[in-house]
Amino acid sequence: MTDTPLLELRGVFKSFGSVQALSDVDFDVRSGEVMALVGDNGAGKSTLIKCIAGIHPMDEGEIVFEGRRVTINGPKDAAKLGIEVVYQDLALCDNLDVVQNMYLGREANRFEVLQEPPMEAKTRETLAALRVTTIKSIRQPVATLSGGQRQSVAVARAVMWNSKLVILDEPTAALGVAQTEQVLALVNRLAEQGLAVVLISHNLHDVFETASRITVLRLGRNVGVYDRKATSQQQIVEAITAGQPTKVSGIPSTQVAPA
Amino acid sequence: MTAAASAPEAETVPLEPLQKRIWDNVRTGNLGSGPVIAALGFVVLAFSLWAPNFFTPVNFSNLIGQTVGTCMLAYGVVFVLLIGEIDLSIAFVSGIAGVVVARLQLPTGAHFPGWACIVLALVATTLIGVFQGSVVAKIGVPSFVVTLAGFLIWQGVILQELPGVIVIQDNTINDVYGYYFSDLGGWIIGGIVSAAYVLGTLGSAVSGRLHGIAIRDPIVMAFKVVIIPAIVLVTVWICNKSQGVPFALLLLVAMLLLLTFLAKRTTFGRHVYAVGGNAEAARRAGINVARIRILVFMISGFMSGLGGIVLAARLNSVDLNAGGGTLLIDAISAAVIGGTSLFGGRGEVRNALIGSALIATIANGMNIKGYSTGTIYIVTGAILLLAVTFDTVARRIQVRSGR
Repeated sequence: MTDTPLLELRGVFKSFGSVQALSDVDFDVRSGEVMALVGDNGAGKSTLIKCIAGIHPMDEGEIVFEGRRVTINGPKDAAKLGIEVVYQDLALCDNLDVVQNMYLGREANRFEVLQEPPMEAKTRETLAALRVTTIKSIRQPVATLSGGQRQSVAVARAVMWNSKLVILDEPTAALGVAQTEQVLALVNRLAEQGLAVVLISHNLHDVFETASRITVLRLGRNVGVYDRKATSQQQIVEAITAGQPTKVSGIPSTQVAPA
Repeated sequence: MTAAASAPEAETVPLEPLQKRIWDNVRTGNLGSGPVIAALGFVVLAFSLWAPNFFTPVNFSNLIGQTVGTCMLAYGVVFVLLIGEIDLSIAFVSGIAGVVVARLQLPTGAHFPGWACIVLALVATTLIGVFQGSVVAKIGVPSFVVTLAGFLIWQGVILQELPGVIVIQDNTINDVYGYYFSDLGGWIIGGIVSAAYVLGTLGSAVSGRLHGIAIRDPIVMAFKVVIIPAIVLVTVWICNKSQGVPFALLLLVAMLLLLTFLAKRTTFGRHVYAVGGNAEAARRAGINVARIRILVFMISGFMSGLGGIVLAARLNSVDLNAGGGTLLIDAISAAVIGGTSLFGGRGEVRNALIGSALIATIANGMNIKGYSTGTIYIVTGAILLLAVTFDTVARRIQVRSGR
């Protein structure tokens, strides 16, 4: 794990009409760690990752990636930097098979003609590297897969592109106990392989099982960043439900719990 | 439903037995064109035994004529249905193509050379497709309404621009339908098409082997490699017994191959399926969804134009009925009956050919048997209802098996 963050957001503002979804939010994540992003409904977690992914442009604020200031105006920009997002609804096409979904929007082609064999081979390789072994045929439509298998496909798709940062939005929300364990193991493996992982979850059990640090948002503001080893679940619950914002616009921020 | 925990390692995934794969497909609502091919076989057999003069080379030639124009439109409809949209304007857009070629070839009027008339007609219908597609994709007006407006507008244009009947005297235009190859020419074309199919199928299997990918269903592949050339050559043989292979049939097969290649082997085709399956997922994957939608409506416009030219060439004239009658319903029904889902994302270009062959065969056979047009409509409508019911049930099964 390195000390300089891979991705750093400073002073992010975002509003939808009259609703202020994010105000002056800071966030950072390092390579090789799992950073959990927690908060109650409407805390701004999803909005924040959509800003990182380029789905919503932020109104104000800066993004520093690998020490450089960058702008992200669309999903393609994020992908170019090596940022991949696995959404809660997985964003898979049910009618397409595993290989087709893994390469969706980035198909291997020569003069626009698809190159299926290399795509199929690389898909096998990626799934094997992540030890995703429950999928019988990578040519079966995603519609036939179970929830955990779909999640695995979505995660595998995210890491296949030499990505540096993988953001997982509620990866275990729809899963049973055994499948949840499978996916959490997968999350830990991503960090072991040196990727920066952002995990959004409501489930503090999941968070404490995987994360090294925890960022808490409340009502679109920072509450704090906590070191998992030095924090109890109780403290996080308090921060989520009653935490005070660490900074108020215009006043320099005060770090609450430096990790 | 969930796979066994001790599933095999990726490299050595055993090929599932064929029955298992077929069952998987049925279970996930992916029936494909199997039932329709069976129905087509049944209908052909029934009429052959039952309707006099049905199973004759001359009638076979008629049947091709009754299929070609509709099928061209239906090819375009497949693409539109694949992205989960609808195009109701196709029939009158095809009429526009007829009007354009007829007016431009008039010896007393513009008197353009035949090829120029054809090109300009195709450009016109393609632009109509681009326009309608842009309104759908960029502004977000539902395609049903945009193309319903198109239905009225283009019909109006036909009524305005056509002084009754125009006879097409230009041979190039008429040859689009009615040029018949010599017997030898027919065999050569049949041979080339068969060889191309066999080499293409075997070629992709070999290139898969080179990358260490096993051939799925070798039996199915062997079957296809035998049966498709057989169908092609029998078709040539029957055509040669009457006037020969018409150019329109060659065009039909050429477009089938071209559009199938576009749908299955290109990034564009993949994105069409993705947009139909889950437009939001496609958008997040960086696919320009609006561009795909516009291009699909453009294909629909182009194919309508081509179909319109074939239909005009078949009659050697264009009249105020151009694009009217059951053309629209037949073309959309053909795609749907062939197995293309109305909900988007599932279907193949060949569905259009199988579906329009079925519709034309039923109409042709019942006509020979002396049934009224009304009865034919009722039967075709019932089959359409059946096909859509299948699709809806299949889709529900698919949603259920998804978890």
